[in-house]
Amino acid sequence: MIDSNEPEAERKRIQRSRNRVLAALLIGFCILVYFISIAKMS
Amino acid sequence: MSTQATAYPLPADWRDFFALTKPRVMSLVIFTGLCGLLAAPESIHPVLAFTAILCIAVGAGGAAALNQWWEADLDAGMKRTAGRPLPAGRMDRTSARDFGVALSVGSVLLMGLAIGWLAAGILALSIIYYAVIYTIWLKPRTPQNIVIGGGAGAFPPLIGWIAATGEITAMPVILFAIIFFWTPPHFWALALFVKSDYAKVGIPMMPVVAGEKATRQQILLYALLLLPLSLLPWWIGDAGSVYGICAGVLSVVFLLLSLRVGLRQRHGEGDTMKPEKQLFAYSVLYLFALFAALVADHWLVVQGIAA
Repeated sequence: MIDSNEPEAERKRIQRSRNRVLAALLIGFCILVYFISIAKMS
Repeated sequence: MSTQATAYPLPADWRDFFALTKPRVMSLVIFTGLCGLLAAPESIHPVLAFTAILCIAVGAGGAAALNQWWEADLDAGMKRTAGRPLPAGRMDRTSARDFGVALSVGSVLLMGLAIGWLAAGILALSIIYYAVIYTIWLKPRTPQNIVIGGGAGAFPPLIGWIAATGEITAMPVILFAIIFFWTPPHFWALALFVKSDYAKVGIPMMPVVAGEKATRQQILLYALLLLPLSLLPWWIGDAGSVYGICAGVLSVVFLLLSLRVGLRQRHGEGDTMKPEKQLFAYSVLYLFALFAALVADHWLVVQGIAA
């Protein structure tokens, strides 16, 4: 029997991994902006 | 433009978004952009240098995403590209378009704010050149599409150099021209021995439209032009003798291999196409070695080891 919740579980898994990558990119971007501002001042 | 990709109930995975940026092409973009930046007579803060290369890479990724958004129907008709996120139905077209626009606009803005607006302007021009002039306008219309497409790949060292110096001089334009003239023999050598589906989807590639003989002649012509062009940085005094010697040797070998391809004919269906395969493999090595020689030469001159 096919589990009816399977696509929903897969959707949540993909969404979670996308959110994690997006969060990592945003943190990376914030760190980069911080270092750019330091570099521009020096 | 019709949409062929089937509706998919699941959202696209982040790996599909990453695949949309053509990471393998990006490695060459990063390498040549970095060489342009490192070979420039002025240097910038390492963080700003990293940011400039990041912007070049992200801009190239954005242009690649827009290219795949536009060509989703064509990609679906070719074996080599049918597994890409859009033709395979793993992503909807709007997401790909928005992703491409976001990367393109984001990279140009960051380049402008962090590095300078001249570099940002050239980056914007390179994205428009690849996504609009090449992909949408000229690729489906002319067998010279590879020549025109070469321009898109030639922008990174130009942008890298401008990011470091803040101005356009003869040298970055020569670096642009070297990649521009290198691209046709590189791709046409590949096109001669790889059976492509381009004809099936109506893209006029040179070997299909003009025939093998004309393609071989054009390979030879571009290789001939590449020899003096590659020596020009040394000739005008912007590169030293180490680069001059390396460029001379590399380009003469390139010309000899092109000569072998240019003067031969295919010997039936059983032909192994060894000269064409050798030229293609060497062309990749050629570009990496030439740009590495440029950076090494600059470093040796700065250190006072070479003139």
